[in-house]
Amino acid sequence: MKYGYYPGCSMEKNARSYHTSTLAVAKPLGIELIEIDDWNCCGATEYIAINKVPAYALVSRNLALAADQGDSKNLVAPCSACYLNLKKADHCLQENAELKEKVDISLDAGGLSYDPGSINVQHLLETLSVDIGLDAIKAQVKKPLHNLKVAPYYGCLVPRPGTMESFDDPEHPISMDKILAVLGATVVDFPLKAQCCGGHMTQISEDTALELIRRLLKNAADNEADLIATLCPMCQLNLDAYQDAVNSHFGTNFKIPIVYFTQLMGLAFNIPADELGFGKEIVSTKSALSKITDEAPKPKRSRERGKKNASLPMPIMAEEG
Amino acid sequence: MTDTYTSRPPTLIDKIIAETPGKASNLYACLQCGTCAGSCPSGPDMDHSPRSLFAMIDSGMEDQVLMSNTPWYCVSCYYCMVRCPQEIPITDIMYTLKRMAIEAGHFKEIDKDKAPEFSETFMDLVENNGRSFELGVVMRHHLRYHPISAVKLATGMGLKMITKGRMDFTPSKIKNLPQLKAILKKAKELGGVA
Repeated sequence: MKYGYYPGCSMEKNARSYHTSTLAVAKPLGIELIEIDDWNCCGATEYIAINKVPAYALVSRNLALAADQGDSKNLVAPCSACYLNLKKADHCLQENAELKEKVDISLDAGGLSYDPGSINVQHLLETLSVDIGLDAIKAQVKKPLHNLKVAPYYGCLVPRPGTMESFDDPEHPISMDKILAVLGATVVDFPLKAQCCGGHMTQISEDTALELIRRLLKNAADNEADLIATLCPMCQLNLDAYQDAVNSHFGTNFKIPIVYFTQLMGLAFNIPADELGFGKEIVSTKSALSKITDEAPKPKRSRERGKKNASLPMPIMAEEG
Repeated sequence: MTDTYTSRPPTLIDKIIAETPGKASNLYACLQCGTCAGSCPSGPDMDHSPRSLFAMIDSGMEDQVLMSNTPWYCVSCYYCMVRCPQEIPITDIMYTLKRMAIEAGHFKEIDKDKAPEFSETFMDLVENNGRSFELGVVMRHHLRYHPISAVKLATGMGLKMITKGRMDFTPSKIKNLPQLKAILKKAKELGGVA
């Protein structure tokens, strides 16, 4: 199946391991990712804060290129911010005639045009969980991640694209949980799975950001996660690269590796770790990954209620009639 | 711009709604329920909770609204937006307030003036290269505005990122930069205030 591919700036360097692991798992799943030629930055959360029409024009150039190059109607973005910006621009241009007119004129100055709605923007998680499906993923699992306890972290922008429809629940998403379970991993409860990592606040108010990062790390640690699986370069960067800063700021001792969910998929598909970008993370994954065993963990017996008649006492109802 | 609800001249709330894409007119129907404030992860650090800010907007307190640090502490997580019973596009309104604060020149007076500077450094790089170079943006931002923290950054986290091969010093450039520049130039001409 052919898909347009919009990697985004982070994937070029900082999140290179997300890029390589995405390509590595796409292949056996029969996903052909065709990179949009000459794509530009989506503006992240910065451009829109300065100037509205240029912000939408910036994103629309990518949509226009994707439509022009015509490899597929579907455009896959693995980065949360890129996904949101592309999807939102397409949505707003359909809803707001005045904005569309201005963006049209702007694109025309560069010899481009875009008909809103002609590109279907997807996050990579959506492509994998909805289009490809759990059965196809399960069929590729050759080395299950038995006994690896994973906290699935979604962050903000993928489950919650605001007023637009989402492929998952905006507050309690589960699509990555399901994929990780199919890989054989033990998915731990992670109540803060859709809370914010702080985004760019590390640069603006470090105290604000560190507290948000601390909450996430603590929540994962409290639920005994060996590692956190993420789907966004910004989340990975904040939780991984600022973990030391959190520890020295709060006197904690977190050592939780942060990996991309595609890296875990690759491991389960038995793709060599160095082809999946392992080793680029600041907090080492070595001890966490050494917990993977060949044997599946024994299924926990459901909590027994003890002997019979141990259910909650119920009021005795008078017989009717 | 004329207001469709009344015949009064446009007030602060009208201006904000006009500059915000999506169903921003729902702001007229804000219930002051505080769901936004209760959902906001950075709320404790804000001068005014989103709910308070909307009351101030409704009261036309333009200077106080545009000088508030609240929009700059918005992490853009959309929690308030999916929970708002009136479906107010709160995150988008925060972006509009940022743009209006910059336009009014107020952000220089805001205590936390790092945020607009960061956005502007980021934007300069994108306009001149077509792509951002992430941690390079961070480094440039600090060198330009906060040299002492730049040193701290370079010797701490930055160094680790360089060792891991995750940090760039030179941005990658798109091929058709003149095309992007022409698009953005035209867009700016059409942009108006926001």
